[in-house]
Amino acid sequence: MVKFILRRIVMMIPQLFILSVLIFLLAKAMPGDALTGQLANNPKMDAQTLAEMREKLGLNDPLYVQYARWIKNLLHGDLGMSYVHQQPVTDLLAGRMWNTVLLSLCILVLTYAIAVPLGVISGRWQDSWADKLIVGYSYVSFATPLFIFALIMLFLFGFKLGWFPTGGSVDIQLEEGTFDYYISKFNHLLLPSLSGALISTVGIIQYLRSEIIDTKVKDFVRTARAKGVPEAKIYSRHILRNSFLPIAAFLGYEITGLIGGSVFLESIFSYPGIGQLFLQSIMQRDYSVVTALVMISGLATLVGTLLSDIILSAVDPRIRIE
Amino acid sequence: MLKQSVLQIEHLRVSFRIHEEYYAAVDDVSLTVHENEVLAIVGESGCGKSALALSIIGLHPPERTKLEGAVMFKGKNLLTQSVQALNEIRGKDIGMIFQDPLTALNPLMTVGKQIEESMDYHTTLSASEKRKRTLELLQRVGIPNPAQTYDRYPHELSGGMRQRIVIAIAIACNPAVIIADEPTTALDVTIQAQIIRLLKDLQQQMNTGIILITHDLGVVAEMADRVAVMYAGEIVELADVYTLFTRPLHPYTRSLLQSIPSAQTSKETLHVIQGIVPPLTKLPRTGCRFRTRIGWMDESTHESHPILREVEPNHWVRCTCYQHFYFPDGGERA
Repeated sequence: MVKFILRRIVMMIPQLFILSVLIFLLAKAMPGDALTGQLANNPKMDAQTLAEMREKLGLNDPLYVQYARWIKNLLHGDLGMSYVHQQPVTDLLAGRMWNTVLLSLCILVLTYAIAVPLGVISGRWQDSWADKLIVGYSYVSFATPLFIFALIMLFLFGFKLGWFPTGGSVDIQLEEGTFDYYISKFNHLLLPSLSGALISTVGIIQYLRSEIIDTKVKDFVRTARAKGVPEAKIYSRHILRNSFLPIAAFLGYEITGLIGGSVFLESIFSYPGIGQLFLQSIMQRDYSVVTALVMISGLATLVGTLLSDIILSAVDPRIRIE
Repeated sequence: MLKQSVLQIEHLRVSFRIHEEYYAAVDDVSLTVHENEVLAIVGESGCGKSALALSIIGLHPPERTKLEGAVMFKGKNLLTQSVQALNEIRGKDIGMIFQDPLTALNPLMTVGKQIEESMDYHTTLSASEKRKRTLELLQRVGIPNPAQTYDRYPHELSGGMRQRIVIAIAIACNPAVIIADEPTTALDVTIQAQIIRLLKDLQQQMNTGIILITHDLGVVAEMADRVAVMYAGEIVELADVYTLFTRPLHPYTRSLLQSIPSAQTSKETLHVIQGIVPPLTKLPRTGCRFRTRIGWMDESTHESHPILREVEPNHWVRCTCYQHFYFPDGGERA
């Protein structure tokens, strides 16, 4: 198992390399560079100074030299400077990263907490009224775009009913470390994560439902019945465990979806995370931040698939890797 | 040789709902299983043998199955028992062996645990006692190294080994009756012979009654004491195995026996029975059900309401058409 994980991590190195080359080339392919925009339009700036600055920053070096420099800094944990915020990208990310991880984790937990019981009910009591209700809900949620649904949630529970705060990640008056601080943080998390979770359940519900329907007519379930295993145990020991396999594999890929979702959610709920930062940075052409974030989300995707494989091999003996 | 009867099937009718209507896949079947006896039920695919086997312990989906008649076991009618009451009997008093050992085992559970599972619900043995008994069972069904196999998953074992595990599950709680639903069909020929040998040995050691569902007359000849031939949901002939093979009477039985290829026959063509068993929705409900497949026979030779008749001691045949049957391709006359 350890060997397998190590091998997978080693395999991630070329993947990350290709990803970094792509990101670097795309960033370079974008019109302009760090000095166009605000600096170049400044009437006090003459062309010679600009050219000198370009030379000093190494922007005239061949591409591979620039790439090598970028990658070297990246490996040292230096993601460059944000031109807009005038501070190192790493500093900019530190707090926001934690916020996004927290939000994503909350969404993930809520999604599974909602979807798994619903999927089990709808698969076990197929075609019952409960099943029809759940399937109906999952289709409606599937058809609803996240940014519209999140806006409705914000409007309804944030502004109209005033049950939840409408922005930020924590009440700024509170001191960090106090009990109230954590309660406030949780309170700020709840509405965005609920909005994210409620409409991302469809995949898990539908998958689990059809897996259970498939599994409950399998021969080994009949064998269990012939052994005299009570119905509740038939489900817990035989049907559910087999039906959870694809859901477990889902978990890793879910991470990729969460990154995309966080862009919308954080922007709508003015939640200071990397998704919000990502959108802002694109609009402000803060390229060093954008490349850093794309690199991070690429890494997260790779880690997610690795996680899927590890989970799958942990729960399915047929793909256990020695 | 007076054997104690352990299970009686009385006028059993099993109907399935197809498009809002019920069709009987098993129609008025009465059979008795005795201790230490192998009762074989033979017939083509689709003639209702498996439907009969599964209905004994109520394994059909209840929402679209109708069971009529009675299956008497230890003074109780199994058809009217609740699922909870049936669960007391399933796996404990009646064991079941399934056709395909590749799919009959849970892929995510070690085989040891799967054998132990029926002990979990039917015995009060401690964990170590269960393990000990499971190792014994593995030994008994001919698994070479029980201790290692205990922790194996089904996919790590061969087809023959898996079928041995399925058998170990069936006998885990010393059942009085074992229902074996095509136990050798999914196995290759050499393994088939071993599994039949094993079943026969176990049956003799344990004094169990076995209901053997099969379409393989070779298996019947090797294992069975008595044979019931089923066609289109009905029993058409019932006799002890010797009588059935030497003096088959019903045209269906005789056609089945003719269809066995033998090394001696000089005939180049294989005997086949014309047509197929009609689908459930198109079964003739009156008269001799086999008449549609022996169209050349005079209608008057069939009874209008054929019943199972005892034509000689312990030899039962349905319909009088057997008295007029001959093989159309020039085979011997009745």
